[in-house]
Amino acid sequence: MLRINRDKCGYCGTCVAVCPEDALELIDVYLSLERECIACGICARACPLGALEVIHEE
Amino acid sequence: MKNNYDILIIGGGPAGALAAKTAAEAGNTVCLIEKRAAIGTPVRCAEGIGKELLKEFIKPDPRWIAADIERARIISPNGTAISLEQDRAGNEVGYVLDRKIFDRELVWQAAEAGADVIVKTRATAPIMENGAVRGAKVLSVGIPADIRAEVVIAADGTEAQFARRAGLDTVVPLREMMSCAQYLMTDIDIDAGSTDFYLGNEIAPEGYLWVFPKGNRTANVGIGISGRKSRDGSRAKDYLDRFVAKNFPNGKTIEAIAGGVPVCRPLACTVADGLMVAGDAARVVDPITGGGIGNAMYTGRLAAQVASKCIAAGDCSKEALMPYDAEWRASKMGTVLERNYKVKEYFVTLDDAKLNTLAESIAQSSLKEFSVLGLIKELIKRNPKLLLELKALKDTLS
Repeated sequence: MLRINRDKCGYCGTCVAVCPEDALELIDVYLSLERECIACGICARACPLGALEVIHEE
Repeated sequence: MKNNYDILIIGGGPAGALAAKTAAEAGNTVCLIEKRAAIGTPVRCAEGIGKELLKEFIKPDPRWIAADIERARIISPNGTAISLEQDRAGNEVGYVLDRKIFDRELVWQAAEAGADVIVKTRATAPIMENGAVRGAKVLSVGIPADIRAEVVIAADGTEAQFARRAGLDTVVPLREMMSCAQYLMTDIDIDAGSTDFYLGNEIAPEGYLWVFPKGNRTANVGIGISGRKSRDGSRAKDYLDRFVAKNFPNGKTIEAIAGGVPVCRPLACTVADGLMVAGDAARVVDPITGGGIGNAMYTGRLAAQVASKCIAAGDCSKEALMPYDAEWRASKMGTVLERNYKVKEYFVTLDDAKLNTLAESIAQSSLKEFSVLGLIKELIKRNPKLLLELKALKDTLS
C-alpha cells in the first residue's frame, strides 16, 4: 500500500505524472489516492521531498 | 457559469493563457478553468526565460521582471566556470520573471480579450461521445457541472491527467522525470547579474543546480535530479540542503517549492478527436535546460489558432486538428527539442572527470554563440582526442 506523508508533501504533482496506473490525483493542495495502487514505488522514487512510502504488507 | 463554449481550456499557466487569449481574439467563445484558487500560485518554476523568446509573446514589463540577466555561468564539478556574456548569450540568459504576476498578467489579457476565466474549478473527466472529446466534467468550488466545447485544449501542466483520461499516454518515465526542489532565498551573496548552473554527479546527478537571481541578495536556488537517482537520503531536497548549507549557510528561505520537470520526448501525438494538448502537458520542455515557459506559450497560441480554423470549418476531428501537431514538430521549437533530447541523453552518461575535462577545454574560449548548439560545436572543436566519444554528440548536429 502507498502511504502519503501529508506533512512532507509539496503538492507538486511529480508523482502524478510518473504513476503508470493513474492512481494519484492532485486536488488543489491535496494529494489523493484515487484509484487502485499497484505499489510499484515509482512515485516514491520520483518525489523530491520523500513524502511517499510504499509499504509491503506481510 | 455557462455550459457551452467553442473552446474549453484546462489550466491557467502560460500555455492555457495564450490559448485563451488567441482563441478569444479569433472570435470564439472561450472558457479557461484553473483548479487552484488563484492564477500564478503556487509557483513551480525557476522562472528564467530568454529575452528574445519572451518578446515573441508579450512586451517585457518591469512589473513581472524580477531580474535582468547579463551573463550565465556553467560551473563544472571541480569549480571550473564557463562564463558567457550577454552579447553572446542568445536564448540561455535573459529574464528571471516573477511568475505570480506574470501568469496573472497573461490570464488577465485573455480575460480582456473576452475569455471567461473560472478558478477553483478542476476537470474530473472528459465528456466523451463516440470516442471524441466533447468537453469536461468539472467540479467548480465543489459543485459538479458539465462544460461542453467543440475543442478542449489540455494545458494542465506536468501532472497532466485530462489527456490521459481521454486516452493519450502521458506517463513520464521515471528516469526522464527531473525531480526538483527550490528555495527562494534572501540575504545571500550572489552575482545579481548572472544565472549560475552547477553540474556534477555529486551536486545534481543527471541534472543541474541553479542559482537564478531575483534581485540584490535574493535568488531562486533550486535543483533537478533524475528520478532514477532519487532515493531516501538522496532526494532533490537533500542535495539542495547540502548545497545551501555549504554555500549560503546564513541565507533565509522565504519560499520552498517542489515539482517535476519532464525531460522526455514530447507526446507521440498531441491531438485526438476534439482534443489538443499544449505546454508541459504535451511534454514540450527543453530536455537540456528544463525551460518550458516559451514553449508553453508557443504551443498554446498555435493550438488556439488551429482550433479556431477547425471550428470555423465545422470539423474538429483528430485529422483536422493534426496541423497543430505537424506544425510545432516542424518548427524551430520542435527541431531544437529533438536535438536537445539527444544532447541530454549524451550528457547524462558523463562522469564528473569527463565534465571537468570538457569544461576546462572551453573555459577560456570566447564563444561566438552561447546556445546549446554553440557550446556543442566548441566542445567538439576543442576536444579532438575525444572526437570518437563525441561522435554521438556530433551526429545530433546533422
